[in-house]
Amino acid sequence: MVERPFDRLRKVPGQYWMLVLMWIRSALAYPASFVFMVGSSMLITVLDFVVIVIMFNHIKSFGGFSLGEMALLYATASMTLGIADLFTGSIERVGERIRTGSMDVYLIRPVPAFVQAAADQFALRRIGRPLQAGVVLVFAFSHLEVDWTVAKGIMLALSMVVGGIIFAAIFVLGASFQFVAIDSAELANAFTYGGQTLTQYPLSVFGKDIVRAVTFVVPLAFVNYYPVLYVLGKPAPLGLPSWIGLLSPAVAVAMVALASLAWRGGLRRYRSTGS
Amino acid sequence: MAVIELSNVSRAFTVTSRTGFRRTRREVRAVDGLSFTVEPGEVVGYIGPNGAGKSTTIKMLTGILVPTGGSIRVAGVDPSRNRLKLAKRIGVVFGQRTTLWWDLPLKDSFAVLQKMYDVPRARHRENLATFVELLDLGDLLDVPVRQLSLGQRMRGDIAAALLHDPEIVYLDEPTIGLDVISKARLREFLAQVNAERRTTIILTTHDLDDIEALCSRVMIIDHGHQIFDGTLAHLRASQSAPRTLVVDLATSLPPIEVPGATVTKVNGPRQHLTFPTTTKAAPLLAEIAANYPLVDLSVAEPTIESVITQLYTPTPTS
Repeated sequence: MVERPFDRLRKVPGQYWMLVLMWIRSALAYPASFVFMVGSSMLITVLDFVVIVIMFNHIKSFGGFSLGEMALLYATASMTLGIADLFTGSIERVGERIRTGSMDVYLIRPVPAFVQAAADQFALRRIGRPLQAGVVLVFAFSHLEVDWTVAKGIMLALSMVVGGIIFAAIFVLGASFQFVAIDSAELANAFTYGGQTLTQYPLSVFGKDIVRAVTFVVPLAFVNYYPVLYVLGKPAPLGLPSWIGLLSPAVAVAMVALASLAWRGGLRRYRSTGS
Repeated sequence: MAVIELSNVSRAFTVTSRTGFRRTRREVRAVDGLSFTVEPGEVVGYIGPNGAGKSTTIKMLTGILVPTGGSIRVAGVDPSRNRLKLAKRIGVVFGQRTTLWWDLPLKDSFAVLQKMYDVPRARHRENLATFVELLDLGDLLDVPVRQLSLGQRMRGDIAAALLHDPEIVYLDEPTIGLDVISKARLREFLAQVNAERRTTIILTTHDLDDIEALCSRVMIIDHGHQIFDGTLAHLRASQSAPRTLVVDLATSLPPIEVPGATVTKVNGPRQHLTFPTTTKAAPLLAEIAANYPLVDLSVAEPTIESVITQLYTPTPTS
């Protein structure tokens, strides 16, 4: 029986879902803790956007963005990170598994270690952020004056998925780095959770060096900033063409390729523990 | 056709130690130039002192660790390159760590394993019924794994490792921390699995009773090198650990004089003599019976512990 790589990929969603269900049921073994976590997670994300609304009580525009435009930027930043965090955020736990050697258990099973690590202790409470992002998105649409075209609609929808994939790739890169430097989870968090804080504002307010860094080094600007600029018909910074947002899918493909190589490299470097 | 083939396999680790601000790197070879083959259906006891390279070998055989030298074939494939494919054909039990879902009832772990390994439902039911009966798991199926005792959890882990009918099972210290009764029950179960399913079993352990009860073959590893490979009887014979002869005489006497044996202990009329394995016991007895009032006697083989202890070289202190 020859199993092609494609067959293996086709099984991934089913395997992932099966493991996610196991972890959700594990979490429900401690119901009080579960309710508390979901509640606090939602409260934090709600307060997060309230800050921006309060800010706009005092100013008319921020970095050339109106409240509606800010809301769109915020919603896309929150949605993309939220999706990535929900589905792959748990992968940062590999550091702990590498340190204690419990990664061994993943490696003896006929399910890719990546799938098991991504589903590890699946945190349903993380659904709070995409939900909040959805609410903010509705708020944004009601405040925006945009000449919607089919192209812009597709671009916006696509950028949510593509941006989520770019964030997910950064989560995986960070996790892969932990095979080399154990307990470096915070480094990846600086780019994911920290990156999300960055991407919810118009990047041009941070100055040209930051814009260069998030365009050419860690391509966070492709997550939502450039696609949103395209949708809103605003010019891109650094003299870049305004259609640069259309390159987001290509950036995502490159990031996934890089993350996949790093993860494989990390697994081959895995040393386990003494017993 | 060998099911496991190792040829000149090595695994080196770089160990960084720090004294003050100086970092020194040195290479430690956990396994060094290991070669052996295992035939289908064999039960191999893989033993050695702590840090000898047992777990490292098992981890390379499962594909968890990539060897730094040599080649490994398990069921015809290179484990680290075909880890996922091989996973369905092997079962692994880590004595020190569970593969079960900690917070969920035992039966939930079994159910998810059936899906993970694509075991046909009918086959799964059949296997589960067999293992529940043999390992006495009936009352434990609804208990969350975290509430199981060590012995109960180990039984669960062993059932979990065997549910997909693996051709090869690796057991890394399966009896560690178990009481005498649990150990005996596990050994009996493993012997039965091997006999009925022709499952190849590789067992690492510090408990030599496990080896005596189960293994037709013993491999001993020390400092990453194989130092013995053969049957238990062969192991005993190959070593010069002395045998002990205990004789009960009619009266208390001073230490008796017998050529080829020396008295080590006198306890009233009972005297203990030791003699090398190369000396035959029968002529020795004839000699004693001819010259002394012999009432009763017994011959003790060297314990397997003493034989193995002799084999191990002292660990260099570092």
